[in-house]
Amino acid sequence: MSAVSALRRTFRPGAESLEIGIMALLLVVSFAFFALMAPGFLSAVNVRSMAVQLPELGLLSLAMLVPIISGGLNLAVTFTANIAGLTTAWLVQNALGDAGVIGIIAGIGAGLAVGSAAGLLIGVIVARVGAHPILVSLGAMIFLQGLGEFLTRGGGISGMPAGFQWLGSGSLIGIPVPMLIFLLSAGGLAYFMQFTRTGFSIHMIGSNLRATEYSGIDVRRVLIVLYTLSGLLAAIAGMVMLARFNSVRVGHGESYLLITVLACFLAGANPFGGFGRVLPLVLGLMSLQVIASGMNLMGASQHLATAVWGAFLIVVMTLRMPFLKRS
Amino acid sequence: MDDIALRAEGVSKVFGQSRVLDDVSFELRRGEVLCLAGENGCGKSTLIKILNGVYTPEAGATFSFGNADSVSRITPHDARALGIHVIWQDLALFPHLSVAESIVFDDYVASPWRPLSRRAARREAREVIERLGVPLDPDTRVEDLSIARRQLVAICRVLRAGARIVFMDEPTASLTRNEVQTLLEITRSLSAQGISIVFVSHRLSEVLAVCQRVTVLRNGALVGTYSTEGMTQTRLSQLMTGHELALTPREPDGAGEPVLELRNLSRAGEFENVSLTLHRGEILGLTGLLGAGRTELAHVLFGMTRPTGGELLKNGKPLTLRSNRDAIRHGIAYVSEDRLNLGLVQNQSIIMNTAVTVLNELEKPRGFLSPRRLLALTTEWIQRLGTKVNDAELAVSSLSGGNQQRIVLAKWLATRPDVLILDCPTVGVDVGAKAGIFDIIRTLADQGMSIILISDEASEIWMNSDRVVVLKAGRISRELTPTTTTEASLEEIINA
Repeated sequence: MSAVSALRRTFRPGAESLEIGIMALLLVVSFAFFALMAPGFLSAVNVRSMAVQLPELGLLSLAMLVPIISGGLNLAVTFTANIAGLTTAWLVQNALGDAGVIGIIAGIGAGLAVGSAAGLLIGVIVARVGAHPILVSLGAMIFLQGLGEFLTRGGGISGMPAGFQWLGSGSLIGIPVPMLIFLLSAGGLAYFMQFTRTGFSIHMIGSNLRATEYSGIDVRRVLIVLYTLSGLLAAIAGMVMLARFNSVRVGHGESYLLITVLACFLAGANPFGGFGRVLPLVLGLMSLQVIASGMNLMGASQHLATAVWGAFLIVVMTLRMPFLKRS
Repeated sequence: MDDIALRAEGVSKVFGQSRVLDDVSFELRRGEVLCLAGENGCGKSTLIKILNGVYTPEAGATFSFGNADSVSRITPHDARALGIHVIWQDLALFPHLSVAESIVFDDYVASPWRPLSRRAARREAREVIERLGVPLDPDTRVEDLSIARRQLVAICRVLRAGARIVFMDEPTASLTRNEVQTLLEITRSLSAQGISIVFVSHRLSEVLAVCQRVTVLRNGALVGTYSTEGMTQTRLSQLMTGHELALTPREPDGAGEPVLELRNLSRAGEFENVSLTLHRGEILGLTGLLGAGRTELAHVLFGMTRPTGGELLKNGKPLTLRSNRDAIRHGIAYVSEDRLNLGLVQNQSIIMNTAVTVLNELEKPRGFLSPRRLLALTTEWIQRLGTKVNDAELAVSSLSGGNQQRIVLAKWLATRPDVLILDCPTVGVDVGAKAGIFDIIRTLADQGMSIILISDEASEIWMNSDRVVVLKAGRISRELTPTTTTEASLEEIINA
């Protein structure tokens, strides 16, 4: 068989379709289970509440996925989201209060800029100093936490204008706005990772940074861009959290941090870098939400749902091993 | 008549549909050094594993060990009892153990409940180290040792375990020339102590230097066993590949205009005052011992490190390289000697590895990297270089050494360089595939590309260069042309 004819095969049941398949199956099974077992699971109220809850964890997980693919980690995602939210809330309430919609937009812009700057800082240090991203982002995480607590004196900022709250509770063409923001971000990120030079290079760096550098890729620039992007995605999560709770406080969403890592690994991202896809992550996050909401409806405690998530990761990993070994 | 340490007859092995060994016989004399030679996939490893008790051969094989009894297979237990040991290429040592613990390791496996006495371990290890006469400190941790020293630890370990037959799998692959000499000496002294050694190596000059006989396998069948007396490298590679290889130096067709000029180029602590001119269509051999500054010079020419003195000119104009991206932009490409860590991103696909150097050209329109265009590029280069690829989406690590090197060449040729620096391009590539790589390199030079070929294998430098520059301790020590020099004298000059 010639090399060319082999290349022309368009469908290939490779590792990537395997991950999508596993996550889709997980979603269908968990959805079907709770649809049958949990009273009111299919009600409009529950479906809507799932669609409103998912995006916070979802956006933070996207912010975690990018550094994981590059072989790193960004432990500062939740506090980046807090700082971005605080920036926006403070500006809208104090400096831009009278500016109406324009004030809100400017406030959001500033929040996103602050989040991106936090990511940029991590990226620059990782790229220039060469320190491990876990250390750098851990430092950034504690720094942002302390800074936020110092500025807010441990308190929070509440009471956003109705126009801003629409981002958390409104709907557009029947879809809750937070869900829409999440899906657009996920779609954008998927495109970026799959079809741009930088996305391509992030995968290469994740597998072998030195060989990528020897191939003529500006690895420092790629590292800076990817951590900035991670900060931006975390900041978007911060906006959604601020809009939904109508308040922001340092430490809000802190417990999501390791869940975002779990979601990425559940979706088949390689802990050693180089591999990970957005679509399986989105499907996996949906399964996690279905489990949490379904168990809640059945009267189980939220903590039990968290325990089930952890067990899930272990089960899925175990089932995945034989496939990975074969390929 | 020599004593026979091990004789095997009628050995076959079938995996699924393919017959990887077909009726092979093998004989090892007591105290001899025998080479097992053949290209990758010829069945060498399978044979070693059968003789070591890892694999069970097909029915019909007989094994005898110098006495009348014969058996139909060797079990792992037999192998131990007979003192058959293999030193695998990866050495199978534990990095966190000390040298002494590694050497006496097998005692602990044999009796796991025996309390570990560090003093006894050190004493017993020292005995073996002295018997072998090697410079090892029993207290050093294995991970702090060079590959060459680790190998000595592995040898001490099998010696301590009472080895009578030792298989060495590519023992010299990652050693420097001096270390190879030491290893060959040790191999000889082991054989003088009555231990039989089976030596597997791709480097034919070593094989001929240390072995008394060579057993050649090709495609799972025995070609024959020959005395190394009067055997030449040429003849041996013909036996291994089954076809004649071109073994005459390249005929230079007159130098073209200068492309790359080095004027007194220096980098402190690495090389000094190197002046060279590389012409269009020329293959310039750059050789010298490991550590002579060859790779360091290449790194400066590729913009990975900055020179501390001297000038670099490209097409007559001064050239300053701030990074390898500058070098690539100016048409300079570099094939690293370390394919595993620097040449390719092993886990990623063949497509990604081919396309990585030309992403800016493939991203059209800006912001859209078309998967179809990536595949088209990869397919084109697979065809042009005759790479054997079943599925370009697979990790590049799934390919053999020779095919991986073709992917490395492809990724650099895709940048349309006019200067190609090849740093030991045939490391880990077997004899037949080497010839294929050099066919490509010669054709490129004929088409006008200027090539710097770095290697410490005198034969490949001699056969493929128009001109040879020998580096010694960071300075140019000789310049010569292969057509007026013999391969043997080039080898002498390199080692001098």
